[in-house]
Amino acid sequence: MKYYLLIPFLPLAAFMINILLGKEVLRDKAHWPSILAVVGSWLVTITSVLPQVMAGKIINEDLYTWIVSGTFNVSVGFLIDPLTAVMLVVVTTCASLIHIYAVGYMHGDTGYYRFFAYMSLFTFCMLMLVMGNNFLQLYFGWEGVGLCSYFLIGYYFDKKSAADAGKKAFIVNRFGDFGFGIGVFMIFLTFGTLHYTPVFGNVAGIAGQTVNFLGWNVDLPTLIALLLFCGAVGKSAQVPLHVWLPDAMEGPTPVSALIHAATMVTAGVFLVARCSPIFNLSEVAMNTVAIIGAITMFFAATIAITQNDIKRIIAYSTCSHLGYMFLACGVGAYGAGIFHLYTHAFFKALLFLAAGSVIHAVHTNDIREMGGLKKYLPITYAVFVIAGLSAGGFPGLSGFFSKDEIIWSAYASHSSVGKFVWVLAVAGAFFTPLYTFRLIFLTFHGKHRGAHHGEQGGHHGEHHIHESPKVMTIPLMLLAVGAVAAGWVGIPPILGGGAHFTEFLAPSVGHPEFHGTHAEELGVMALSTGIALFGLGLAAFLYLRKTDLPEKIAKTFSAVYNVLYNKYFIDELYNFTIVRPTVWIAKNVLVAVTDAKIIEGIVNGVPGAIGRFSGKLRRVQTGLAQHYGIMMAAGAVFIIALVLLLR
Amino acid sequence: MEQVIMNQLSYPILSTVIFLPVLGAVLILLSRRSWEPSAKWIALGTSIATFFLSLPLFLNFDKSTHKMQFAERFSWIPEWNINYFLGVDGISVLFILLSTLTAILCVLISWESIKMKVKEFYISILLTTAFMIGVFCSLDFFLFYLFWEAMLIPMFLIIGVWGGPNRIYAAIKFFLYTLVGSVLMLVGIIVLYLYAGRTFDILELMTKNYPYTMQMWLFWAFFAAFAVKVPMWPVHTWLPDAHTEAPTAGSVILAAVLIKMGAYGFLRFSLPLFPEAAKAMTPVMLVLSVIGIIYGAVICLGQTDLKRLIAYSSVSHMGFVTLGIFALNSQGLEGGILQMLNHGIVTGALFLSVGIVYDRTHTRQIADYGGLASVMPVYAAFFMVFTLSAIGLPATNGFVGEFLILLGAFAANKLIGVLACTGIIIGAAYMLWLYQRVFFLEINNKIAGLPDMNVRETITLLPMLILVIWIGVYPNAFLSFMHASVQHLLDRVNSGGMQEASIAKTLMEVVR
Amino acid sequence: MVPLSWYMVLGAVVFAIGVFGFLSRKNIIIVFMSIELMLNAVNINLISMSHYIQDLRGQILAFFVIAVAAAEAAIGLAIVIALFRNKATAHVDEVKEMQG
Repeated sequence: MKYYLLIPFLPLAAFMINILLGKEVLRDKAHWPSILAVVGSWLVTITSVLPQVMAGKIINEDLYTWIVSGTFNVSVGFLIDPLTAVMLVVVTTCASLIHIYAVGYMHGDTGYYRFFAYMSLFTFCMLMLVMGNNFLQLYFGWEGVGLCSYFLIGYYFDKKSAADAGKKAFIVNRFGDFGFGIGVFMIFLTFGTLHYTPVFGNVAGIAGQTVNFLGWNVDLPTLIALLLFCGAVGKSAQVPLHVWLPDAMEGPTPVSALIHAATMVTAGVFLVARCSPIFNLSEVAMNTVAIIGAITMFFAATIAITQNDIKRIIAYSTCSHLGYMFLACGVGAYGAGIFHLYTHAFFKALLFLAAGSVIHAVHTNDIREMGGLKKYLPITYAVFVIAGLSAGGFPGLSGFFSKDEIIWSAYASHSSVGKFVWVLAVAGAFFTPLYTFRLIFLTFHGKHRGAHHGEQGGHHGEHHIHESPKVMTIPLMLLAVGAVAAGWVGIPPILGGGAHFTEFLAPSVGHPEFHGTHAEELGVMALSTGIALFGLGLAAFLYLRKTDLPEKIAKTFSAVYNVLYNKYFIDELYNFTIVRPTVWIAKNVLVAVTDAKIIEGIVNGVPGAIGRFSGKLRRVQTGLAQHYGIMMAAGAVFIIALVLLLR
Repeated sequence: MEQVIMNQLSYPILSTVIFLPVLGAVLILLSRRSWEPSAKWIALGTSIATFFLSLPLFLNFDKSTHKMQFAERFSWIPEWNINYFLGVDGISVLFILLSTLTAILCVLISWESIKMKVKEFYISILLTTAFMIGVFCSLDFFLFYLFWEAMLIPMFLIIGVWGGPNRIYAAIKFFLYTLVGSVLMLVGIIVLYLYAGRTFDILELMTKNYPYTMQMWLFWAFFAAFAVKVPMWPVHTWLPDAHTEAPTAGSVILAAVLIKMGAYGFLRFSLPLFPEAAKAMTPVMLVLSVIGIIYGAVICLGQTDLKRLIAYSSVSHMGFVTLGIFALNSQGLEGGILQMLNHGIVTGALFLSVGIVYDRTHTRQIADYGGLASVMPVYAAFFMVFTLSAIGLPATNGFVGEFLILLGAFAANKLIGVLACTGIIIGAAYMLWLYQRVFFLEINNKIAGLPDMNVRETITLLPMLILVIWIGVYPNAFLSFMHASVQHLLDRVNSGGMQEASIAKTLMEVVR
Repeated sequence: MVPLSWYMVLGAVVFAIGVFGFLSRKNIIIVFMSIELMLNAVNINLISMSHYIQDLRGQILAFFVIAVAAAEAAIGLAIVIALFRNKATAHVDEVKEMQG
């Protein structure tokens, strides 16, 4: 029995039900089909698929033939191997909890059914993405999740900023997909198929081959890998296509948690891990992945320190953690990258949902208007701290194990690029707790700074702030368990664990060979942990003790601060170099000149010229009968003369 | 060897679908003017009957052969060896179905919006449909040219009589533009007739080989007719005017069927009749197509008029079609044919949708809209699906067509393929921006309180929606019609199947 | 017996006078009369030829010409009267509504 088919198609069914019946029939019960479907998917994953995969069985079956043309033939099919299984667990678990949370968060919203319909559609697309057994189905899911992301970011579509953000996310992703699409074409031209098994089976044959691409002779594996990586950069919000993710926070918070933290944005990492046989053939591509990842990680972390929007801070944190994952893939430690993907899904979803709980209570995103919320939101505060510690790599929690494995892999890869990214990774380990705890201290500690409450008269206003309902806090607590314990499946041998996680993944993504002594490994671990604790301490010092110091620092280094606060002016750069010129050309060159003047000039000019010529010619027609008579007579004489002369 | 499979059905199906609308038009003509709805009902009944009578083309089609099927042949003017000769193959059959379906939708969408000269309007619609179907199934050049030109007359009237404020200019421009191209084709047809020993039989003409120089001249003569119809850059400027000024039904017919005839002409005539010339001219055609794709897409960013924007997007989408056709491999060709169908469905549906709001607001300015998703949610959902198809999202028909075309183009020439891909980025930009300006943001006062779609309008859009998803999810239902015919066409063009085989060969070499 | 050539010369002379009158005179009535002259010149030729080759068909044709001339004169004079009523002139120079 193909039970696994239920996993993607249950959410699809929920989507259909909600889109057809949600508005008129289900109304405020619209969450039921979606929740039942996603929990059903989760149950099938846990009870049926996961045990099979753990027993070493790999499912690879075609459902039906999708497109056939000439030698091109691609199916809708499913591949479930360890990598897919991990993704299934991550997606269905997070999606289930977030769906339940959303019942409370979205309560009373006018578009309630619409929200759950999109969420189900998203879950379907994400599951198709990870379960596909060929590149085209991957692309299907890829675009599908992008679409749902567009819908959900622009969920409050009457707000211009939300509508703009959705559009921006879609179009920026299209830039990445442009490369991805060409990569898929190159794969077809090279291998004659798009199915994973034959492609990866024949991949050794293309090692070292060069191909002429747009006039350059390039290494074939490098070309394919980098083109695919373009798509990953867009989807996973890496530099230089990261600009859409912070804006995507315009969407409702459960969306940010599900799509922009736990699942969709990690699709890029999944892609790189899935295509590891191709990436492994190209050192250039691997180094690019590592360096892009490291740069994004560092760059996003520095921005996060200066932001004031609670969700944007977490969004930059997501960018940064995704950078870690790419960094791991780039040094060949795909297992570590996916491990971090897995733990990150829990603690980042938790951070977002907890932030959502805060927003739900105070109705603002600006941390400058929060403060002192600890006593009103005890559960939220507790889980926020757990998530923060896990994200910051506090020993013993999920995030610690995965981050440590990445940092160790970078160190132990023993290449110059590996060393470079290792330095950045350690620096990033300093920033992560710094910005996370800056956020926590500013939100929960100190005095409440909410302006609107103050006007209503101090304490009186603050009493309106209350903890979220159980339907929201229970998913928070469950996720908190994950943020603490999810990483325990991958405890490294040096700490007495079995590194089960990477062993489990080895059939899909291989096993990196790193060499290093135990002493080195412990040293690296101690260094990054120490640095993380230092970051935490600094945050406590700056935002609990000397609360006036951050402002002074910002004033002293105002140039640096402004660059960071304005996100390195990347948005402005794109706006002035790409967006505006294109629209300007469309309006002022193509519409006004090329079409209106040149082409229409010719089109209307030819009849015009004919008109002018005939205007001259018509003067022959005087309207006087006698002139015509003379013409006739002259013509007759001429013809007769001609006949006589030529005879 | 017999070239065609004669019609085996109990009725002459092709003649029926051509002449039933003509009969309907005559009935409307004879109906009493005092009761005007009679015209609508007769038109609706005729178009529905035509559609159902055309269904056996879909159900009984033999997909295993490239030969012409459902053929009918009678001697017409024996002195000049002119025959009444009809037949369809995998390239043309789907367009006949598209035409018959479009006719129903055009009648439905005009139900309330046409209030003046009602009888004449539906007569024009029915005649246009009849002539369009005739174009797609004629196998005699004389008959083909007759339908090709005859179709201009009712279309000219539809634009010129029931159109917008600037309709006269648009109608005359449309007429002259297409006529200039057609006349050159007429010269080409006569040359073929005389050269091949006085025959107009298209199938017979296809079996002959023509000298290279002659092929070249004739290719350009036919190119003039087809490129204008497609429309390829730079002879596209009639399209925005005609689309914008035409009434909704006129725009739909133009978009869904009429401009397909150009691309159909390339497939049916230019490639098999002049294979060497077509191959030699491939680079020119590919470059023109890519310019059309990018130019059409970028220019959409500068539009302020809903219909004009969709019209320019047609230039871009039809650029994909010609790109696929002149990629000259099976992916490109089949993608091109499918994309013709897709474009007919999606752009037709977009014009239908615009017509629905235009009937309520009487404005086409994008700036007059905003927040429509809150006012007309069902309508917004339909429009969203069509938008997604237009930007080629997987699981919609647009994706399958564009993907195959780009794959084919990329296999033919990497640079062309890459450049064409940029059209997809810009495509997403202009369509989403359009959607945002019309449907999102705060509700514009001018459109507040509009009623959502009624049953008639929903029924009009529903077939298109179903087709969008159907082709997107299971394109083989449609692609399978084309395989045999496209393969035959490729064999003819490559005379020995060089290119297809060489691609496969290089693939295998690369893998090894 | 008058030789055929005399008739032909007479016909040519009458025709030439008709042409000259048609082209040079301003008064529309005289232009009309010139046209009649041309027609009658043709008649002379037809009849003389008919007699010369002993074929009656030429004379029959002359009757047709006369009939057409009569009809033409009737319609033509009617047009002249209508014109005179509208324009109060009978000069061909002043009638140029058909100017291009």
